Amino acid sequence: MIEADDLHKSFGDVRAVAGVSFVARDGEITGLLGPNGAGKTTTLRMLYTLMTPDRGSVRVDGIDATRDADAVRRRLGVLPDARGLYKRLTARENIEYFARLQGLDAATTAQRCERLIAALEMRDIAARRSEGFSQGQRVKTAIARALVHDPRNVILDEPTNGLDVMATRAMRRFLHGLRDEGRCVLFSSHIMQEVAALCDRIVVIAGGRVVAAGTADELRAQTGESNLEDAFVRVIGSDEGLAA
Amino acid sequence: MNAAIVVFLKEVIENLRDRRTVMNALLVGPLLGPLLFAGLTSVMISRELDRGEKPIEVSVVGAEHAPNLVEFLRQNGVKPKPPVVDPEARVRAQDEDMVLRIPASYGEAWRAGRTAQVELLYDSSQRDSATPVERLRGLLQAYSGQNGAMRLMARGLSPAVASPLVVAARDQSTPQSRSALLFAMLPYFLILAAFMGGMYLAIDTTAGERERQSLEPLFVNPVARWRILAGKLAATVAFAMASLTLSLIAFGIAGGYIPTARIGMVLDFGPRFAAIALLVMFPLVLLASCLQTLIAAFAKSYREAQTYLSLLLLVPMLPSAMLAVLPLKAQGWMFAVPLLSQHLIITRLVRAETVTLPQLLLCLGCGLATAAVAAVLTARVYRSERLAISG
Repeated sequence: MIEADDLHKSFGDVRAVAGVSFVARDGEITGLLGPNGAGKTTTLRMLYTLMTPDRGSVRVDGIDATRDADAVRRRLGVLPDARGLYKRLTARENIEYFARLQGLDAATTAQRCERLIAALEMRDIAARRSEGFSQGQRVKTAIARALVHDPRNVILDEPTNGLDVMATRAMRRFLHGLRDEGRCVLFSSHIMQEVAALCDRIVVIAGGRVVAAGTADELRAQTGESNLEDAFVRVIGSDEGLAA
Repeated sequence: MNAAIVVFLKEVIENLRDRRTVMNALLVGPLLGPLLFAGLTSVMISRELDRGEKPIEVSVVGAEHAPNLVEFLRQNGVKPKPPVVDPEARVRAQDEDMVLRIPASYGEAWRAGRTAQVELLYDSSQRDSATPVERLRGLLQAYSGQNGAMRLMARGLSPAVASPLVVAARDQSTPQSRSALLFAMLPYFLILAAFMGGMYLAIDTTAGERERQSLEPLFVNPVARWRILAGKLAATVAFAMASLTLSLIAFGIAGGYIPTARIGMVLDFGPRFAAIALLVMFPLVLLASCLQTLIAAFAKSYREAQTYLSLLLLVPMLPSAMLAVLPLKAQGWMFAVPLLSQHLIITRLVRAETVTLPQLLLCLGCGLATAAVAAVLTARVYRSERLAISG
């Protein structure tokens, strides 16, 4: 479970995040929807302890992120906005590197690598150096290394960015799989249809604030719109920076 | 396994697979110095050998006016060349190093017992010709002195009457000391090898990793930033030391081929030199790796980091250049200054001079202390939030 409570973050005069609170529960997919520049990435960066909030707190499985960042990181699998691989290492070596940094022993590392390589259908690229990988292959490798320590909570920043239709569908299936294993899945997107199709619970962010939150039905009821996309546009106030 | 060791191993493996890094860090860097040094030394040695032995070739205008003088010069290692037209212009155009002109009035003056004049045309801005000019002038003086003495004796006087004072020049320079510039460059070559060896890793592990967007995922792992930094620094230091070791081996091999003994110069590139050089260079390598990483952490891109670090390569040249132009006497405090102390100690070692234990300890102690300060500074920068964020 990931709890964000009244998060604030400014860079100089720019208030990137100004009061974001929500809860992402286990066994659910929570979508963070907002136009580009709404503060999604900054919010996620505070959740996965890369940035310290100016105000507010983050708790993962009840552990405070500022008090014990390492324990929080052990419970999180993160696919950040930056998902660069090590070009001169093979896909498997990329995954193994993160496994060792997570402190896994050799046997566990080998076993988890095998399982993820099978689950993500990346057996053909496992022994190849990641230089020249397609966007889809890169994302698969990045997800595998993010999940190698079998985290209870998974955070993904725009996971389908740059993926083709097939890869996007595979990604959605994979996220559903993670949810069905009882994990807490939190992802951000600026694509309304994706959030509508994938999420159990939706948090809409605009201008660094949460403007609406709830299930699809709750959002429809709140806005009085029968179409979910119309509901999004209504709570945000504009469709700028969003994609259908 | 300790996270720092995991990072270290991964950086080493990854960079060994990068042809550009291997070429620059483990081939060009270490070999550049020894090759340049061997080349320069060979040129210097052949010049040194020329000094006394090579005949002076000089064009003599009006040789027929003074056959005895010309014969004397010939006997003393001068090779008179046929006269040239317009000698002034030819000397200025550097077609001739120098020209000896004997006027037609020479014979008449000589026979009358008056002071005869010969003209030596040369260009003192041509440093290359200074040695032959001096030698020829000396020979002419000797001829004059010899004949003057004979004239006095013919008149029943002691030659000492006409020379109340004689200067006996005793040059204390040795081939060793005359090649000061060369020795001033030597430590720079070693330092250059070490700096170049680590430079690519320093860039790649910080600026490069951020540019390739892999620093943010790396920092999400439950590993303290300073451990990640320690692993990266260790890899940078390992490459720098490897480069330095290769350079020392290359110097050892090249040293065997430089015929320094022929001019009585001592160059010691033996195992003892290599071992102490590695030891005194270690703090400097540590300091350089920290500074390179620090600078690369501030740079916005790989290219920018490369530009800054190339400028940093020029810094170790300062003591070399300074000591080449102003050959300062080594003072005690100099052994406490990183860079300068390595410079002094390596120069002494290669000249087979003694380095005392206090000098060595001062160099190591102050070097390590400075490196520690740089490491703490770099660790602070590594803790910053902005470090991981690209763009």
